[in-house]
Amino acid sequence: MTDQTSRGLAVALSDLTRAYGTVKALDGFTLDLAPGELVALLGPSGCGKTTALRILAGLDRATSGTVSVGGKDLTRVPASKRDMGMVFQAYSLFPHMTVIDNVAFGLKMRGRDGATRRGRAGDMLELVGLGEHADRYAHQLSGGQQQRVALARALAIEPSVLLLDEPLSALDAKVRVQLRDEIRRVQIEVGTTTLFVTHDQEEALAVADRVGVMNAGRLEQLAPPAELYSAPASRFVGEFVGLSNRLPAHVSDGVAAVLGRQVPVLPGSTSGAGHALVRPESVSVVADAAGTATVATVMFLGPLSRVTSTLADGTDVVAQLASSDALRLRPGDAVRLEVDPVPVLVVA
Amino acid sequence: MFLVVPTLTVVLGAFQDEDGALTLGNLDALTSEAAVSALKGSLILSATTALIGAVVGGLLAYFIVSMPPHSLLRRTTLAISGVLAQFGGVVLAFAWIATIGPVGILTQLVSDLFGADLYGSGWLFGLPGLVVVYCYFQIPLMVIVFAPAFEGLRPQWREAAVNLGASTWSYWRHVALPLLAPAFLGAVLLLFANAFAAYATAAVLVSQGQPIVPLLIRQAITSEVLLGQANVGFALALEMIVVVTLVMVAYSLLLRRTSRWMR
Repeated sequence: MTDQTSRGLAVALSDLTRAYGTVKALDGFTLDLAPGELVALLGPSGCGKTTALRILAGLDRATSGTVSVGGKDLTRVPASKRDMGMVFQAYSLFPHMTVIDNVAFGLKMRGRDGATRRGRAGDMLELVGLGEHADRYAHQLSGGQQQRVALARALAIEPSVLLLDEPLSALDAKVRVQLRDEIRRVQIEVGTTTLFVTHDQEEALAVADRVGVMNAGRLEQLAPPAELYSAPASRFVGEFVGLSNRLPAHVSDGVAAVLGRQVPVLPGSTSGAGHALVRPESVSVVADAAGTATVATVMFLGPLSRVTSTLADGTDVVAQLASSDALRLRPGDAVRLEVDPVPVLVVA
Repeated sequence: MFLVVPTLTVVLGAFQDEDGALTLGNLDALTSEAAVSALKGSLILSATTALIGAVVGGLLAYFIVSMPPHSLLRRTTLAISGVLAQFGGVVLAFAWIATIGPVGILTQLVSDLFGADLYGSGWLFGLPGLVVVYCYFQIPLMVIVFAPAFEGLRPQWREAAVNLGASTWSYWRHVALPLLAPAFLGAVLLLFANAFAAYATAAVLVSQGQPIVPLLIRQAITSEVLLGQANVGFALALEMIVVVTLVMVAYSLLLRRTSRWMR
């Protein structure tokens, strides 16, 4: 972390608005990245996360607001002068150039001599594990390899900020996980401040120092992954990140009554009657002939299983249990549901 | 069959005399002053109109592709280009004669307004006229052939180049032009072959002299003055086949080079 902070630069996106006619892709969006930090922007399609990244890159113009990196105002600086490396969602290697020429392209644009270019490009290819593919063309590489080359190309210019625009979305699941881990390893190694845009919450939670959840052009919450998951600041975040049950609750004196248990509430919760957002792993399912719930399905997911039970009023409740416990249950069994006393968000 | 049989007929006919006996005499006719001059005329006409068509049509294709995908102007221009690319022949020749012929509308208008003689010494009916008229279908042909190449330039290539520090010129110099070059050269060769083989437009416009090979073939086959020249016509046709074959070989070599980095 020390190494990161010594090499990265702080990034500040302040009160950005981007309007397309009457539609606002960004609406007062503000985000600060600490030097060397990797922040993931997460949100549904059309929430404005890619627009924010493109404005930071200089590929799009904000209607209002400012962009600064390392204390310098870059709002009016063209993309070619911003000194940022970017990996795109779609494959973007230049097809007529070899891998090493692709990686060296940014250095060529900066007037570096041939030997320096090849040396630096070779180092970057080694960094992403593709040193032996230097003389290949893009079409001779797999999708995962192409994105690794794109990462090497982005890093070769020693950018002030690294921008990743859904770089894994075109890859299959296994490669996506491998490359996700590799991106994080490389990012920590080079210490570049990084903005990672994704719609995949698992990806965001796995790689980021902090995750920003966006909705309708605004930042709903920016927090470390664990905090974002356990203490959502809004109904949108609670429902968008992870799986949540919406269970009837009544709040008084900072405590919610949920399924007959007293549970502390998170800041921002409503008072009085509402619905508690309860994670499946916070629900226990106990076989009880006198229980008021009935098992509907048991879904085996490996070490864990997901059990869906139905309350007397027809509400479905999903619980995540160890498979050894879950597989003792059968659809139709009467069960008792209990909620762990961890803080929950209660919404209207 | 429709390709092989006529080609074989031409090849065999080129090496036979009018009695069907084998001979190399027809090939001697290819070295005559008229034949060499016609070949030169055909090559100049084809190369000139291919280059003009490629440059003008290429620029036009760029402007068309730069328009929004569903714009009316873009769709209309592409549709018109598709029609005009096939607009050679008698109708085209007549259209030009009616416009800038000796009593053409534009000729009269320019004469009335500026006192200038647009028709001049009859340039429309010689090689310069053919160059102008051929461009009328060469430019639209280039547009419809080359527009897909521009459309194939992915926006993220430009954005990646710019993001890595490239200026607009650097992007064109190092990324876009090298990517477009094979398609452009292929289109030039296609335009060359298209002009080289064109006949009807020239046949209507040119009534005196045989400035290009197709017209010389016509003379050899239909002349009522010089009889027994049909096999010379076959030899001239063979000459054209050889030239077009060379163009095709060049084209395939180009494709092979391109396939190193293209799917």
